[in-house]
Amino acid sequence: MFESLRHRFALAAALVRLEFINNLAYRATYFTGVFNYGIQIGAYYFLWDAVFAGRRLLAGFTREEMLTYVIVAWVVRSFYFSNLDRRVAVEIRNGDIAMELILPYDYQEAKYCRAFGEALFRLLFFTLPTGIVIYLLRPFQLPPNFTAGFLFILSMLGSFLINAQLSLMAGLLAFFTQSTSGIYRAKRVIMDLCTGLLIPISFYPEWFQKVLAFLPFQAVSYLPNLIYLGKVDTAGALAVLARQFFWAVVLFFLGRLFWRLAVRHLVIQGG
Amino acid sequence: MQFSPILRKEGIFLAIINVRNLTKEFKIYHHREGVIGAIKDLFHREYRIIRAVDGINMTIEPGEIVGYIGANGAGKSTTIKMLTGILVPTAGEVVVNGFVPYRDREEYTRHIGVVFGQRSQLWWDIAVLESLKLLRRIYRVPEKAFRERLAFFDDLLGLGEFLHLPVRRLSLGQRMRCELAAALLHNPPLLFLDEPTIGLDVLAKARIREFLLQVNREFGTTILLTTHDLKDIEALCPRVIIIDKGRILYDGGREDLLRQWGHDDLEEIVRRIYQGQRPGEVEAGV
Repeated sequence: MFESLRHRFALAAALVRLEFINNLAYRATYFTGVFNYGIQIGAYYFLWDAVFAGRRLLAGFTREEMLTYVIVAWVVRSFYFSNLDRRVAVEIRNGDIAMELILPYDYQEAKYCRAFGEALFRLLFFTLPTGIVIYLLRPFQLPPNFTAGFLFILSMLGSFLINAQLSLMAGLLAFFTQSTSGIYRAKRVIMDLCTGLLIPISFYPEWFQKVLAFLPFQAVSYLPNLIYLGKVDTAGALAVLARQFFWAVVLFFLGRLFWRLAVRHLVIQGG
Repeated sequence: MQFSPILRKEGIFLAIINVRNLTKEFKIYHHREGVIGAIKDLFHREYRIIRAVDGINMTIEPGEIVGYIGANGAGKSTTIKMLTGILVPTAGEVVVNGFVPYRDREEYTRHIGVVFGQRSQLWWDIAVLESLKLLRRIYRVPEKAFRERLAFFDDLLGLGEFLHLPVRRLSLGQRMRCELAAALLHNPPLLFLDEPTIGLDVLAKARIREFLLQVNREFGTTILLTTHDLKDIEALCPRVIIIDKGRILYDGGREDLLRQWGHDDLEEIVRRIYQGQRPGEVEAGV
């Protein structure tokens, strides 16, 4: 039992490490990546700045809060975002998933470990540099106190877990449709809208907010941002973490179920 | 999890590979023509069923090297994918090394090695050694055994010179040697090779054949390989299984096959089989 756990942990660590190294091999992507995030953040910053022109408060946000929200949401996205959806879909499409199925490990666990290796890479090479550069160019609000800051950092982990699991499931849809790009593009748009990345959830009509309350999306971006801005107190922040934990567990089992169904549908193309 | 104790007692699945009435069907969807056709396809798609593998039987004993040959699309790869647990059979039974591959996949794959000549087990952008170290973790090979295996492979395949290079910088021959090392790192009793010599030059092929013979001799590894190069069969396989349109046409000794056809050129025999001739038939019109 302990022996088995030890092996599992050693394998997980090896996967995280290797994916981290693997990302280092694509040096060109960091520069384009940082550049892309710069443009995105700049565009949304000026957009919201214009929206607030002459107004004090919109959907519970002051202008300064909103601008911080935009910056933090995008900077954190550079950490939790993962290419898992595309990778899994492509792997299924071109049949390389065969090479995964012949290995004696849990496919999903292996994918999450690799996604975490990628996230650590992104943290060091995207999130921190972009965050610091933006702060130097245009100082934004910091969390109101140490506790809020600490709980916010914990919630980033929750964002990663939920996003990674949703991404994997979106990728697995390729088992049923044999199409790849359509699915993960649709998924990315839905994520951008429903997580609160583009627009805080409080801007949506009430009925839509009620629907979103029953879904995992806002735990990825909107709720962690509220912790950052100090719009929820410590108890509220802990409730956000509990909610993330709940969704991470539910999605984990849902993903398992999905995988079992999906593998039975497998058709390997060619060779 | 393991079927073997009971089934072995009953004497049903005694060999290392046991296949009975194995069948795999695929649905092939039709794509209708034009825009209107594509819109119709959204609502109702017509399909036909292709039987890629059609009720095959085979029994392979430990230590054998068996060549599995057939024309493109004959069902070779589909069979290998069912034997390795990747595809779920439509009907029939497979018990390999005491496991039902698709059902016990995670445990079963611990005891087999697989090389698909058209795909890679190695990480493209990082040093080969890193991929091998990861596989050591996946297969739980102890550090000492890992070093010994590497030394053994280095001896026979000469890996040392490029273990520290990323895979993208290797030639196909070098890469295939690494793939073999990766598949055999955990010293599995059973090795599946799907076109392991595809695209290789004469020297690289010879080196790989030599290596496979050595592994089979030294560790008693059972090997099932598919290939389009009949020189592979001549060099390695005392036994051949020929599949055509999902059905097995011949299963027996290579020498017996030559005798049956009264011919000493394996390539010529296989060509005639693919064309639909049977032994004793006169080749019409050629």
